[in-house]
Amino acid sequence: MREPRWLDDDQAGRHVRPYAITGGRTRHSQHHFTLITLVVSRHDHEWDHDHLEPESMSILALCRDRAVAVAEIAGQLDLPVSVVKVLCGDLLNSELIIVQSPPGLSEQPSVELIERVMDGIRQL
Amino acid sequence: MPTALKILIAGGFGVGKTTMVGSVSEVSPLETEERITTASVGVDDLAGVERKISTTVAMDFGRITISPELVLYLFGTPGQDRFWFMWDDLSTGALGAVVLADTRRLDASFASIDFFEAREIPFAVGVNCFNGRREATVEQVRQALDLDVSTPVVLCDVRDRGSSKTVLLAVLEAARAQAAARLATTGP
Repeated sequence: MREPRWLDDDQAGRHVRPYAITGGRTRHSQHHFTLITLVVSRHDHEWDHDHLEPESMSILALCRDRAVAVAEIAGQLDLPVSVVKVLCGDLLNSELIIVQSPPGLSEQPSVELIERVMDGIRQL
Repeated sequence: MPTALKILIAGGFGVGKTTMVGSVSEVSPLETEERITTASVGVDDLAGVERKISTTVAMDFGRITISPELVLYLFGTPGQDRFWFMWDDLSTGALGAVVLADTRRLDASFASIDFFEAREIPFAVGVNCFNGRREATVEQVRQALDLDVSTPVVLCDVRDRGSSKTVLLAVLEAARAQAAARLATTGP
């Protein structure tokens, strides 16, 4: 009779369901993030956040040196976008990050802004 | 803190969206995914029965730093997948969109064109000519896709950075024209 095959911890990889990281939440109750909302970690205090999930710590580390978009965080950390949004909402509540939302739908892009982007593309 | 902007790159499966993201992005294309759940009315014989459809939609994206104040993100929408249309966050607030087309399968770009036209998102059609094969003229593509005269059509090879830049500039030109027209009607 064959032994049942079990994977030990080294082989198993991540078997945590993504929303387990967020305590089952699929969206944040207070904050709205878009795919291109930019996130920067705050430098102003040393991190001593034993209570944070490892994924939240990874977000803080990734966004330490420059502003990183939510989609980019999700891609780099291999997490679903919605999970990143919930974790960032918690980090914002804890004042551990600063965020910059993209221009809202009500502010249509100006001719001047579009021309600045065109100049930038030409210079690539 | 910079301002982030985005341009979408849509089109059928295998038309070169990821290649285009890669040819102009300053980072290798990254993949990210989102789970989309939507209630949909059954179209089969289960009359009136609502079903929930849940699917994971993955897409590629890249980044271009325009200046210390401006970062442009490019999002390659998933091919052959109608669910990305339900990903509101993906399409809202986009500066504009590229619809990549392949002359052998022009019908694969109809859905994207309808979507951007309906939402008045400025877009340009890039006809990806692999290996320099130009199997159709701009005018033939324009007619086949029934495009508005104001929609730019560009023959391109998205493996080439310069060619991809030309397509992006065509989208931005369409966006600029729309912004200028808006200014003219509403006043400064």
